[in-house]
Amino acid sequence: MDLTFTPAEEAFRAEVRAFLEQNLPPALAEKIRTAQRLSKSDHEQWHAILNKRGWLAVHWPLEYGGTGWSIEQSYIFEDELSRAHAPGVVAFGPSMLGPVLIKYGSEAQKRHWLPRILDGSDWWCQGYSEPGAGSDLASLKTSAVRDGDHYIVNGQKTWTTLGQHANMIFCLVRTSTEGRKQEGISFLLIDMKTPGIEVRPIILLDGEHEVNEIFFTNVKVPVENLVGTENKGWTYAKYLLTYERTGIAGVSRSIAALKELRRIAQAQLRNGKPLTEDPLFAARMARVDIDLGNMLTTNLRVLLASGSGAAPLEMGAMLKIRGTEIRQEITRLARIALGPQAQPFFTPEGITAQYLNYRKLSIFGGSNEVQREIISKSLLEM
Amino acid sequence: MNFTHSEDRQMLADTFGRHLDQQYTIDVRHRISGSPEGWSRERWLGVAELGIIGALFDERSGGYGGSGFDLAVVFEQLGRSLVVEPFLGSLMAGRALAKTGCRSDLLAQLIAGETALAFASEEPQSRYDFVSLTTQAQHDNGTWTVSGRKSVIPQLEAASHAVVSASLGKDSAGLFLVELGKPGAVVSGYKMVDGGRGGDLTLDRASATLLTDNALPLLEEITAAGIVALSWEAVGVMDVLKKSTLDYLRTRKQFGIPIGKFQALQHRIVNVAIEIEQARSAAINAAAALAGPRAARERAVSAAKYTIGRAGTIAAEESIQLHGGIGMSWELPLSHYAKRALMIGHQLGDEDHHLSRFISLAATG
Repeated sequence: MDLTFTPAEEAFRAEVRAFLEQNLPPALAEKIRTAQRLSKSDHEQWHAILNKRGWLAVHWPLEYGGTGWSIEQSYIFEDELSRAHAPGVVAFGPSMLGPVLIKYGSEAQKRHWLPRILDGSDWWCQGYSEPGAGSDLASLKTSAVRDGDHYIVNGQKTWTTLGQHANMIFCLVRTSTEGRKQEGISFLLIDMKTPGIEVRPIILLDGEHEVNEIFFTNVKVPVENLVGTENKGWTYAKYLLTYERTGIAGVSRSIAALKELRRIAQAQLRNGKPLTEDPLFAARMARVDIDLGNMLTTNLRVLLASGSGAAPLEMGAMLKIRGTEIRQEITRLARIALGPQAQPFFTPEGITAQYLNYRKLSIFGGSNEVQREIISKSLLEM
Repeated sequence: MNFTHSEDRQMLADTFGRHLDQQYTIDVRHRISGSPEGWSRERWLGVAELGIIGALFDERSGGYGGSGFDLAVVFEQLGRSLVVEPFLGSLMAGRALAKTGCRSDLLAQLIAGETALAFASEEPQSRYDFVSLTTQAQHDNGTWTVSGRKSVIPQLEAASHAVVSASLGKDSAGLFLVELGKPGAVVSGYKMVDGGRGGDLTLDRASATLLTDNALPLLEEITAAGIVALSWEAVGVMDVLKKSTLDYLRTRKQFGIPIGKFQALQHRIVNVAIEIEQARSAAINAAAALAGPRAARERAVSAAKYTIGRAGTIAAEESIQLHGGIGMSWELPLSHYAKRALMIGHQLGDEDHHLSRFISLAATG
């Protein structure tokens, strides 16, 4: 066992740090540090900066414009991004669709769509959840019926994150109702400007417009926008999930958030002393600090054991559960630290709003209870 | 970065694991544990012949290991087989001899399995605080004596000597080697909850050899090594708890189906599994930090002992609960693993002790 980085990896860390010092716009970093919402142009600006350096789609193979980095390098990169309060990469194009196209897409699809993800021509959103298909995603009903050179799509998607910014959506649609429900699902790329698509905002409990519902009425989608084989979409969706998991523990982001929590608590007084010196609050902070230190190693163990960068589903599920629990606890402690000041709608640095918004972490990407099902299936082999 | 053991260490773990699987079955363990001696001199010698005790010490001290991950592979196997022999005391007392360069003859006997040692830092009122000592050392006419009481020392009766901490006056402490059974060093033994025996040591002007008159940094380092060892023993114990519980969930039927089909039980065992993986990571962190700078080492061992205390309790209580009535029985090996997991939490500092210590270390470091 060896928990140290090599001199080459340390040099790489210095290179990333120097890049961020020179290229990360301070206004963006301040927004991230204080948990403010980024605009579409903020995201686009940051994606362009990373893309110019060739660091937007770090997990892609070199030949498609990725980095070819080792797991350690990817980890260091994410770590430095978090430390500098740099925005994350909006996952839908680079981290979710990209890997699926690279593995299952046709040559024409790869040539057309991958460069457009990198240069920001397309903003992708994810059309998975439906009103009747949340945790039970495979029961989705949005239908795609073949009609000559097109599919005709009808149905409704919901909880579509940042769909209001997107010009493209990758969708799971039902192309067959025969056999197991997982076997009639296809993976379709749809232009949001196609007639028959309507996007309506859903306002969340923090008052923000982050997600949407999308209605499809007789939407014509060219057949060349089918990824892979018809009725095999569930396989691709599952592959995407294993990919999504590798960063799901969010360890580096939690480390940065814990540091911010300490700063917030330091400025609050209890019995005339900083809240960080209050034994009860200090104990709660220390518990999450220790849990996070353990998670740091668990995360690296899983990533390195999986080798390819795609973690086994059940190990990814563990990372998701504990990683989100830790992040939620940090936002909870920040809210508690504010005391009575947590109540006004616009709290300092959006602390209460972020606490509320981060309830989503244990719900999206497969709720933490669904993750427990995945783990127990693997543990019990029954 | 690499989370696999070196080939040599993996071989040691495999050899030792196979040896214990064959020679130290649960029936043998219970016979030894419940015997009047509470340990087996013959098994101790057998294990030493395999080179296991030598793995706990570095080459300068006559061994071939002594690093955090050497302790890890040995103690993980001890946990898997619920071994009661005096490994912890021998590791800690032996480390005191090794670090001070004293009595290399005794250390050689230990590595050969010809003797066992005890480490006595706990006192009746000390509650894991090894700094405030009531045991006193006295220096008269060129010889040292120690007086006081040391309590709950694992396998004290098995040891020929104990390493004892004693105050030298204001803010100063020494470590001493005391030969047991000599006048002024009275051992009283008893059975332990988790098997084997422990004992209290009453010292009344017992003749002692000074190992160091600057004990505190060394006590801290030795305790850190002890915590690394206990953390890995706990990982071994918890892995068995998890495996046995999973087997039971697969086979036990109620309402006509295996109880592992019930979601309430599935989610409980998943939570246990997550706690164990986090505990394994904590044990890795502590082992890696053992040879490093003091501040990082102490933070890592307190984090590990806190985590092990918490996870050990969860794993023990949940595996008994998931077994239902049979989990309460003496007959099932499970209950003995559960007791060991719980009692590890009471050695060298519990969950609260190390959480509080972690906070003070963060404030000062």
